[in-house]
Amino acid sequence: MSLIELRGLTHIYSRGTPFEKTAVEDLNLTLERGATVGLIGHTGSGKSTLISHLNALLKPTAGTVLLDGEDIYASKASIRAARFRVGVVFQYPEYQLFEETVYADIAYGPKNLKLDKDEVDRRVREAAAFVGLGQELFEKSPLELSGGQKRRTAIAGVLAMEPELLVLDEPTAGLDPAGREDLLEKLFAWRDARGAAVLLVTHDMSIANRCDRLVVMSEGRIVMDGSPAEIFARDGELTAIGLDLPGPAHIARLLRQRGVALPAGIFTVEQLTDAILALGRRGGAPC
Amino acid sequence: MLKDITLGQFFPGDTPVHNLDPRTKLLLTLVYIVALFLVNTWGGYLLVFAVLCAVTALSRIRPRALLKGLKPLVFIIVFTAVLNLFFTPGEDILFRWKFVRITYAGLDRAIAMVLRVMFLVSGTFLLTYTTSPLAITDGLERLMSPLKKLHVPVYELSLMMCIALRFIPTLIEETDRIMSAQKARGADLETGTLPERAKALLPLLIPLFISAFRRADELALAMECRCYNGGQGRTRMKQLRMAGRDIAAFVLGGAFVACVLILRRLGI
Repeated sequence: MSLIELRGLTHIYSRGTPFEKTAVEDLNLTLERGATVGLIGHTGSGKSTLISHLNALLKPTAGTVLLDGEDIYASKASIRAARFRVGVVFQYPEYQLFEETVYADIAYGPKNLKLDKDEVDRRVREAAAFVGLGQELFEKSPLELSGGQKRRTAIAGVLAMEPELLVLDEPTAGLDPAGREDLLEKLFAWRDARGAAVLLVTHDMSIANRCDRLVVMSEGRIVMDGSPAEIFARDGELTAIGLDLPGPAHIARLLRQRGVALPAGIFTVEQLTDAILALGRRGGAPC
Repeated sequence: MLKDITLGQFFPGDTPVHNLDPRTKLLLTLVYIVALFLVNTWGGYLLVFAVLCAVTALSRIRPRALLKGLKPLVFIIVFTAVLNLFFTPGEDILFRWKFVRITYAGLDRAIAMVLRVMFLVSGTFLLTYTTSPLAITDGLERLMSPLKKLHVPVYELSLMMCIALRFIPTLIEETDRIMSAQKARGADLETGTLPERAKALLPLLIPLFISAFRRADELALAMECRCYNGGQGRTRMKQLRMAGRDIAAFVLGGAFVACVLILRRLGI
């Protein structure tokens, strides 16, 4: 059975007022365990509204969300259960830190789960280790940390709840390229260790590159769903809805427009160099 | 839920009321409030009500919006009514039961006080509904400028007010965001005993305060970067100018006060 399933999800804000706005309309989506899915779309395409339904922060106007086949809105208990089984890290999560120490802040989620002290301790240490926070930071105030450390503390706070689905909204926004790469590596290591699913909401196509599957949203609807190779092959449609291509795919597109016979579906640096070298071997002028 | 706060709400529009100079509106509101306290006859209340209706119609503000503004004050209104109803001494007893007694004078007073509070609040709401917060602070600053002679920091006060109003929506948005984030970590803001709930607010309030301070710092820095150095020698993009309609408004306001005084004298 799939981990989570959206059925006909529709959400209309401020219904019945002049400010009425349909944020998402008739979404159908399933996510499997162990998958890494990228959710892409430009600002206002309904991504944030979608993820707020995954842990029942918002109630849909129509449609429903099934977690392991069960409606998460069925009762107060099921809503609460969904909050713990689906971990959501919002944009700029460092602004949610509030405890006196890093340790206490990471422990906030597990404590809300009413776990015993040893279990909380184990989870905090594990989560901190996953994101690369050393023990020497545990007793520091979150406010003394650097930006990157704050971000990792906030993410560890959600990891410590050991969710089955981890949703991250722009987790790498504002990080430098090295920090971005480092964070992604750690998240993927966590996913593999726990067998959980990861949903990455992003604008950054170099991150979208790293997913197994991409879901593209536009105007509150899912317009494309497939592997990165399939999605990035439809470069014309992507640019039409205001999305960028990953750097290598963009270069390939420009080369193709100038008459270089490159195959479709190029989106990583390796693929691009291989394709260009292959051209050279065949005797055609690469450029 | 949080978005329902009406504090400082402004409905943009292009009506004679919207287009009045904010100073005119502020002064006339003051005049209206003083006149309201001079009214002591039913005829007077009728006149105030008629004026209120006329201004509302002229400004095209929906009466429902005014009633919505009164909603948070229901408690105060009821409290005033009850207090006046039961505790006004008088000769003619309307109703008596054990130690409870209601006099005609009490009933009179209760109704009058309720009307007074309602008219007072509606009148001031009309001001904020038809005047942008920026225009209000601008007008206030100009009206208070004589106080500068007494070393009252008028400019700084109006700047503080302006910034405070500007940040209300931002802080509401921020609260919503932090609430979502903490709920996602299993925060329970809705159930529990009172001390538990108060404690549950900490994860909300601390980040909110931290970000408010951070914003204040950033704003101060941004202002200094643009060579902000206080009100000295500052010129304005939008100059306030009194126009013919402002004079007309003052004349009508004067007529209103005169009518109130005449009704008071005649006792109608």
